[in-house]
Amino acid sequence: MTAALALGDDALVLSHRLGEWAGHAPVLEEEVALANIALDLLGQARVLLSLVGDEDELAYLREERAFRNLQLVEQPNGDFAHTIARQLYFSVYQHVLYGELAAGRGPFADLAAKAVKEVAYHRDHAEHWALRLGDGTAESHERLQAGLDALWRFTGEMFQPIEGVDIDWQALRTSWLGAITDVVERATLTVPTGPRSGAWAAGAGRQGLHTEPFGRMIAEMQHLHRSHPGASW
Amino acid sequence: MAAVTADQKTQRTAGAVDPADAARTAAFDATVAADDRIEPRDWMPEAYRASLVRQMAQHAHSEIIGMQPEANWITRAPSLRRKAILMAKVQDEAGHGLYLYSAAETLGTSREELLDKLHAGRQRYSSIFNYPTLTWADVGAIGWLVDGAAITNQVPLCRCSYGPYARAMVRICKEESFHQRQGYELLLALSRGTRDQHEMAQDAVNRWWWPSLMMFGPPDDASAHSAQSMAWKIKRHSNDELRQRFVDICVPQAEALGLALPDPDIRWNEERGQHDFGAIDWTEFQEVLKGNGPCNEQRLTQRRTAHEEGAWVRDAAAAYAAKHPAPPTHPGQSAQPAPSPQTAQGTQPEEETA
Repeated sequence: MTAALALGDDALVLSHRLGEWAGHAPVLEEEVALANIALDLLGQARVLLSLVGDEDELAYLREERAFRNLQLVEQPNGDFAHTIARQLYFSVYQHVLYGELAAGRGPFADLAAKAVKEVAYHRDHAEHWALRLGDGTAESHERLQAGLDALWRFTGEMFQPIEGVDIDWQALRTSWLGAITDVVERATLTVPTGPRSGAWAAGAGRQGLHTEPFGRMIAEMQHLHRSHPGASW
Repeated sequence: MAAVTADQKTQRTAGAVDPADAARTAAFDATVAADDRIEPRDWMPEAYRASLVRQMAQHAHSEIIGMQPEANWITRAPSLRRKAILMAKVQDEAGHGLYLYSAAETLGTSREELLDKLHAGRQRYSSIFNYPTLTWADVGAIGWLVDGAAITNQVPLCRCSYGPYARAMVRICKEESFHQRQGYELLLALSRGTRDQHEMAQDAVNRWWWPSLMMFGPPDDASAHSAQSMAWKIKRHSNDELRQRFVDICVPQAEALGLALPDPDIRWNEERGQHDFGAIDWTEFQEVLKGNGPCNEQRLTQRRTAHEEGAWVRDAAAAYAAKHPAPPTHPGQSAQPAPSPQTAQGTQPEEETA
């Protein structure tokens, strides 16, 4: 079930990155919000991975090359604007994707129907912060533009069709771009231009070709579990 | 010393020339004596207000500094289920911090002011969070012992004479009890797991036991605020009473866990109907309070850094809010940014609804 793995890995990896914010957020409300989003994503990941096999074996015992997540979600947090740019790109993607899946009759319809409600909140959170940062101070404007620019190159791979996910990928790409353009412009920012093919090539993450920070991330994530083979927790 | 000073202040107020003052003091005393609640708009002695601000601020600070030792393990949690539980717990702690800052704000202070004092080292947080989490089992030991001690301390605060504090504690204690059971269950899984896991659990209990006992504060004969706090019914039991209660609760729990408490002097005392236990190292306690614990510097630095590095984000939110006065379209939404000092100007601090 490659599709469940791809979608599950996206949620698992982004959840992990958001978990790194705990205790470091700019205001207490964001400690709550970022942890909340991380928990929603982790919940989705657990359901999706369990469709494939044992959730812990899949999360903790696969090597880097076997993960199928987008390169976008594995990118390090950077500053708050960088994190928000990543959230904006991904939550809009996930929202339109799960909206489509929920409307269809495919194997992910039930999961998507539940998750789309959570993701609507994630998207709302990212969009509101995009507006505040973009149209806030000169510094926040600059920082968010930098985040949007830096992550733009990883957005192409979101629309590489996933085997087993039967939707109109071209239409998904169009709705995503429309929604992003709308928010970015309302935030007084500029939609980045330039290649969107990611590192290697668009679709690399889905084939298990990741960026360098990812290996370090899963080394930390898996270390304890791997140190005690066969133990239960 | 401090308790004596507070006492004299109250008496001075009570004996003041203004008969209105005397009447207000009498009303305050009567409310406390009747076990009724003091509410934000009620008159209260300045020392009562100051004492509550100090205690509630320390409590709120403990929730947010207390996120650090546990958050230290979020990225390394050994199963997805445990990771979800831990994330939810750390999120709850941020929420508890928010309740408590709000409750403290009903006394005329502000979250910004309290955070500034924390960052400047002028207000404290619980000494326990100056100990490091060195293994995964520490997450369980914190849940069982640290949250357990906190609950023992906090359940009586649900009947505290100051209404907003008491109500905050009712909500907090429910969630804390849940965390405590989860911590216990985590340790139980380790204790019954592999030999390495069992050893990890025992080592964590060895390191967290004594610091947990110190959470109840200095012994009664050395506790500066206790007598006055008890007279005002902010506190309901003395430090030593609560500590004893905690030991009596933990002994059978440790047995059920299959883990030993690191105190050879613990034994049942038939006469007292309580457990005797060994002497606490008060020198270590004083050192940690003075800032010389294993993680004092690290905890405060991380908190300051998060605050300083987040300044541009808070500024952006304030600038945006000034440009776009918020239409009240999403009344139920909870993830709004903190109202900045600028936007809060001219707005009354939110009152408790009666």
